[in-house]
Amino acid sequence: MPDRYAGRTMMMQGNQACAEGAMAAGCRFFAGYPITPSSEIAEWLALRFPEVGGKFIQMEDEIGAMGAVIGASLTGVKAMTATSGPGFSLKQENIGYAAMAEVPCVVVDVQRGGPSTGMPTLPSQMDVQQARWGAHGDHGVIALTASSAQETFEQTIRAFNLAETYMMPVLLLLDEIVGHTTERIVIPDWDTVERIDRKQPEVPPDEYLPYRCPEGLIPVLANFGTGYRYNITGLCHNETGFPTNNKQENESLVIRLTEKIVAHRNEIIRLKRMMLDDADIVIFAYGTVARSARQAVMECREQGIKAGLLEATVLWPFPTEEVYALAGSVNAFVVPELNLGQMAREVELAVRCAAPVHRLNRVDGDPITPLQILDAVKEVV
Amino acid sequence: MERYEIRLSGSGGQGLILAGKILAEAVAIYDRRNAVQTQSYGPEARGGASRAEVVISDGEIDYPKAMRLDLLLSLTQVSCTKYAGDLKKDGILIVDSEAVTEIPQGDFKVYRTPIMEIAVEQVGKAVVANIVALGIMTAISGVVSEESMEKAILARVPKGTEELNMKAFRMGLETGRSLVAG
Repeated sequence: MPDRYAGRTMMMQGNQACAEGAMAAGCRFFAGYPITPSSEIAEWLALRFPEVGGKFIQMEDEIGAMGAVIGASLTGVKAMTATSGPGFSLKQENIGYAAMAEVPCVVVDVQRGGPSTGMPTLPSQMDVQQARWGAHGDHGVIALTASSAQETFEQTIRAFNLAETYMMPVLLLLDEIVGHTTERIVIPDWDTVERIDRKQPEVPPDEYLPYRCPEGLIPVLANFGTGYRYNITGLCHNETGFPTNNKQENESLVIRLTEKIVAHRNEIIRLKRMMLDDADIVIFAYGTVARSARQAVMECREQGIKAGLLEATVLWPFPTEEVYALAGSVNAFVVPELNLGQMAREVELAVRCAAPVHRLNRVDGDPITPLQILDAVKEVV
Repeated sequence: MERYEIRLSGSGGQGLILAGKILAEAVAIYDRRNAVQTQSYGPEARGGASRAEVVISDGEIDYPKAMRLDLLLSLTQVSCTKYAGDLKKDGILIVDSEAVTEIPQGDFKVYRTPIMEIAVEQVGKAVVANIVALGIMTAISGVVSEESMEKAILARVPKGTEELNMKAFRMGLETGRSLVAG
């Protein structure tokens, strides 16, 4: 029976769109702990999961919720949690565990102002570097973002597909405005949604080694309960999944956890380009700020200023090469963000001094307006 | 049409965010134009300042928040004092006349009416003040059709309260029409 929202045009919050995207992607387990401005994701899934046989559990805290998601995922079910900054900090230990044990799952962070409990009801983009480096130790990270309800729906599906493809936690960074903005969304028939499911072993249980990586960089983890017995640990392990102290084994594992993302960066990274062909000024923006930037680009063009927009919908891995490719032909970059320059750092590193990078930062809890970006561009011109 | 920007302001618990959602749904689903609704509130559950915004356009709505208001609804003195300055020239200010006694100076049209009192005494319940306000805004602004508003209200309100809410909406429409007629 088709889902009751399939094919319908709805007015939905970004948070609801995230929950709907998760369901369309095949997510059937959610564990979480409520926190503004992410709570509607949990609320909506608690309401909707019973209709599709999904399981919802409110855990004792964010750490427990992340643990429950990892455990659920190991049985083969697609699992997700959602939180905001303070909860994202708590989840980092287990996000690192999922990265090390290569357990696919999706972690949504609807960002609010920080540090600590910060500004619960106000937007920010202050967690973008925490997404990259919040869990200790070297490992590749995939972090997506979105700027509208429709894009949140699509990016949530993509997050699951990337998690299942690369066997890792995938992060989805929203913010209070995207999460709480109600706008039109078209929900497709679930049968038309591209869904990727993790591979299962092709060898019998007695020949199975969980971390052998038959195709090079990505392991094939058998769903728990299917007769394949193996060990899961946060310690450095070898192909068997048991801890090792062998230097070669340690080294190859740590390198592989980064290399599996580096090697596939072109398949993962996605950018939206607006009026960049003849641009003198490139605005680099993401998430809610990209909406303001689009309007600012139109206003720049009306005033005869050749501005263009490079919008990142994948924040990690960072599109270093794509940013550098623009650096030779433009006069300057402008990076507006709701933090004190976290991704501007990455733009600066990517540009390698080939062009000046101007920052536009706002951390008072209000969004960056199109006018502020327009003014920043004019100042540069 | 260019952007039409609306802000509903007051305090938490007055149902302004729900009213904003209903208005946006009426425009985007039933009138088939573009609408985006955002909200802003404090960390308290109720009692703090609360506001909802609805931006309406026939084009794409990139920046989702209001910048220069076409219509401001204020149910508290604090919100009126704070936001009246965001109104466009010739914009519309609708206030609850019991709660808002001082109207800031400005180049906008002011409509005063006891919204809360209408809800309590003429409809019978304070909780429908937000729906009364929607009726008033619909009649005065003309930015959304009455039929679409009725459909959007009925789609949102709890079962068993349809009649009460329709009464509130119609009472608001009548109030709005008589305010326009002067």
